[in-house]
Amino acid sequence: MTTVETFQPAASDGKIGLFLQKVAIYTALIVLSAFYLMPVYMMVVNGMKSATEVSISTMWQLPQSIGLGGFREAWSRLSSSFQNSLVITVSATVLSCLVGSLTGYILSLWRFKGANLISILIIFGMFIPYQSIIVPLVFFTQKVGLYGTIPGLILVHVIYGQSINALIFGNYYRSVPRSLIEAARVDGAGVWKVYWKIILPLSPPAFVVAAIFQFTNIWNDFLFGVTIVPNPQSQPVTVALNNLAGNFSVDWNVVMAGAVIAALPTAILYVALGRYFVRGLVSGSVKA
Amino acid sequence: MTWELNRRSLLKTGAALAGAAAVGAAAGRAAMAAGKLEIFSWWTSGGEAAALKALTDSYAAKFPGTELINAAVAGGGGTNAQSVLQARLAGGNPPDSWQGNSGTAFFDQYVGPGFVDDITSLYKSEGWEDKVPPAVLDLIRKDGKYYAVHVGAHRCNEVWYNKKLLQKHDIDIGETLSWDQFFAAAEKLKNAGVNALSLGDNGIWANARIFENTFTGLLGYEQTQKLWTGELSFDSPELKEAMKLHLKVLEFVNSDHSALSWDQAVGKVIDGSSAFNMHGDWAYGEFRKANAKDGEDFGWVSHPGTDDIFIIVTDCFTSPKGAPNPQEAINWLKTVGSADTQLAFSLNKGSVSPRLDVDKTKLPPYLQWSYDKFAKNKFVGSSVNGEQVPAAFVQAHFDALTTFVVNKNVDRFAAALAEAQQAISNG
Amino acid sequence: MSLAIEAAEPATRTREGMLERLSPVLLISPVIVTTLVFVYVFIVLTVLISLSTWSPVNLAGGFASPLMKNYSALFSNGRFQADLRNTVVFTSIFLFGSVGLGLALALLVDRQIRGRGIFRAIFLFPYALSFIVTGVAWRWLFNPESGVNVLFDALGINTLLSHVGVGPLKPAWLTDPTVWPPLNEKLAAIFPSAAALQFDIGVPLALIGVAIAASWQLSGFAMATFLAGLATIPDHIREAAKIDNASGWTYFRKITWPMLAPFTVVNLVILGHVSLKIFDLVFAMSGPGPGFATDVPGIFVFEMTFRALRYGLGAAGSVVMLLMVAIVIIPYLIRNARENH
Repeated sequence: MTTVETFQPAASDGKIGLFLQKVAIYTALIVLSAFYLMPVYMMVVNGMKSATEVSISTMWQLPQSIGLGGFREAWSRLSSSFQNSLVITVSATVLSCLVGSLTGYILSLWRFKGANLISILIIFGMFIPYQSIIVPLVFFTQKVGLYGTIPGLILVHVIYGQSINALIFGNYYRSVPRSLIEAARVDGAGVWKVYWKIILPLSPPAFVVAAIFQFTNIWNDFLFGVTIVPNPQSQPVTVALNNLAGNFSVDWNVVMAGAVIAALPTAILYVALGRYFVRGLVSGSVKA
Repeated sequence: MTWELNRRSLLKTGAALAGAAAVGAAAGRAAMAAGKLEIFSWWTSGGEAAALKALTDSYAAKFPGTELINAAVAGGGGTNAQSVLQARLAGGNPPDSWQGNSGTAFFDQYVGPGFVDDITSLYKSEGWEDKVPPAVLDLIRKDGKYYAVHVGAHRCNEVWYNKKLLQKHDIDIGETLSWDQFFAAAEKLKNAGVNALSLGDNGIWANARIFENTFTGLLGYEQTQKLWTGELSFDSPELKEAMKLHLKVLEFVNSDHSALSWDQAVGKVIDGSSAFNMHGDWAYGEFRKANAKDGEDFGWVSHPGTDDIFIIVTDCFTSPKGAPNPQEAINWLKTVGSADTQLAFSLNKGSVSPRLDVDKTKLPPYLQWSYDKFAKNKFVGSSVNGEQVPAAFVQAHFDALTTFVVNKNVDRFAAALAEAQQAISNG
Repeated sequence: MSLAIEAAEPATRTREGMLERLSPVLLISPVIVTTLVFVYVFIVLTVLISLSTWSPVNLAGGFASPLMKNYSALFSNGRFQADLRNTVVFTSIFLFGSVGLGLALALLVDRQIRGRGIFRAIFLFPYALSFIVTGVAWRWLFNPESGVNVLFDALGINTLLSHVGVGPLKPAWLTDPTVWPPLNEKLAAIFPSAAALQFDIGVPLALIGVAIAASWQLSGFAMATFLAGLATIPDHIREAAKIDNASGWTYFRKITWPMLAPFTVVNLVILGHVSLKIFDLVFAMSGPGPGFATDVPGIFVFEMTFRALRYGLGAAGSVVMLLMVAIVIIPYLIRNARENH
């Protein structure tokens, strides 16, 4: 990724100006980092305290003893739903990325009657508030027997994820050089062949962006999880976390520890793949 | 030729798959019949989960070999659970039993549409009819038929206090509390720089509790009944008095009350940063969890004016129509309706067993007091939980109260509540 | 600029030709069908519910009379009116905060400094969290007695302020019911009927805290978009600016900002629509708030549907939410599609 020296000092500023500028920038970065990390500190610290020690009035204080505190309890209560989330999220991410890739390819590169309209109709789906479809969705899933099942939840996520994927892949594929495709067409390649031989091999950066988006949205989903899968054995971790908080008598150290645990997969994903995420965006997955 | 062959093999595969599916489904149904029990509730943490475990342990002892599925959904004071439950019922997918409150909301949402079975025969065979006070039975009985089994009754109108803190300020609370006494104590504490009353009304319902306790105490039993039958309007001088009184009470609450949940507010009394807390007996579980001693570290008394009234919210279990495991469901109801199970439950939940024949002798001091009240008091269903009113009223009440707490406009509050009251009678 | 491939040019009449023509559509037909059902049919169903008395405990409910009963109840509901006010206020503050922060972060991070990757990861990671987690964490942080207000004391900010003669900084954050400025009275002086307004016009101060938490969570996304945008500034322009001795501010004003404009639009549209339909975060953080200071249509719909069991009213609310989002999104989508085909 290219870097930009956005604030270019005039030549007359000299070495001191440059140095001061560097100091200013680093200070700003550190102050901002503190702002961004402060809630993490609070959650981890309170997750490590014991149930009687944790209290909203002492949230900044370090735990009296470094122990696992709420983590052990939180993990024992969250581990099965954690696994559910892994199954649900990975499956739905893979499936919806494949579907989205194909859809984005066709919508962006093939002209046929109504392509424009279909494009808008599909992509608009990613913007709707879920409140406007949740009641019919629940009744529909019950009617077809998918209610309360993990495959049902996966299907729901794939269906509602295809819109944003179509947008991401569509934008990305528009920057594929025309010449490559023309050459393949001349050789007699049809819709599928062009996709398989040319488009798909070029897709990894877009897949990264789409996968990160999908993984994050699906892993963090709460509304679909709680309304479609009420059975604790099949629930995703967000619903289990909400149950930890409960109505009455909240064990806050367990809740904080649970929140940290539930956030780990996506956090790790972002830290590890953040660079590719930005790189993918740069290659045109998000176009204005 | 190849096309024909392919079609035949496709059909064969299809048939094989369909056959496998059918066998699988049948096996699944057979597996279900071999002793499963799915219990649905909103009890997911702390004292609630322990109380639920008391019930399930008791069931496992009496009816061993059944697989127990705990389908609990937390959040929103039962709102999440309610939405999930309704979706399941409307879709023909009920659990084997669910926990809920009783009263008007129960009749409206579940009995009326026919989602629960009539279990009068169970009441007769277990002999429960004469063991529970009639007014409490009315909460699950309609036209002489019974539709649920009570497992615990909560008393909503208590005032809890940190005994040691009050002693330090020379404040003595006796068997009853009057408003004069309360305000005198509160002023004294305020002048000494101590937060007199802790409140955690995030979600407003803890605030609604105090308001209900206050107007019930002010009106007395007879007038309160008139309120719920519609004879007395919310837009009346008596109720406006109660509203003004409520504002006066709120002057003594902690400044961060809208950020705290009710259990955090009780925590302030436990750790001594506040003196009083006005809440139902759910607070008792908090004190127990913190190992506070009944009568030494903390004390309790009825909300002013309500010493002879038991404002009640009950937890009950149902027998859903079309439950997948009806026999296990009945066994479950038999278990939770039995005296020893209810005793174990009561200890963990802080509520009272609705049976009058439960052995109270080994119970801690607070529960002894509460059981005594249950035997002697008159019952008024709590409107905060829909025991006396439909769900739409509960929401309207909460919304009107949210605005009232901030703009302190008594006339508007009274008008809003009267309007909601009208909506009940209009159906 | 159209890169569209024409499906099968002459031979349209042969079997293969028609297949060629149809293949693109066939390949995406499952997507079209599912989108049609799961988005549009369901939306229609919700609209129907909003015009009826239907509910899971009243499955036989028919059309409401009058038909728009739920909508008139919705707009005359003081709480929903407050929600609309909150939507306007929150969206404004939030967009300013998140896009502004995102831009600042992108500009800071996009340079040759040590630890660039780490800083970028720190700023991006809150986006990975669930709204519920963020809501719970910031609810604690905004507690007026023990949260970030404690830090103001500890960092010496309040001592500094006292030297200047200003009172200590101890905002009530989410517990603050104040709506500022108090315009209702002044309006009532001009229009007497304004005294009957069911909500206060102005900025609910409690929303500031919510906007801060939301910006904390989503500014990473804005930053990532801006980083992508900064990378599109061609090298030769940068070189030319260096040669011309352009000062930092001029460079930003004349080159960076205009070239980032399309990305600013993307950020505003995407984050704008998120803020219009926000629910989880506010629900977990503060709920409706004191005097409905932080109530949003998403929470209103949830409570009306699942607690008050007024499914028709809730459906009407969700239709209004959908319309608000559509007004923002559809022009953007149309412009997008026109540009690309």
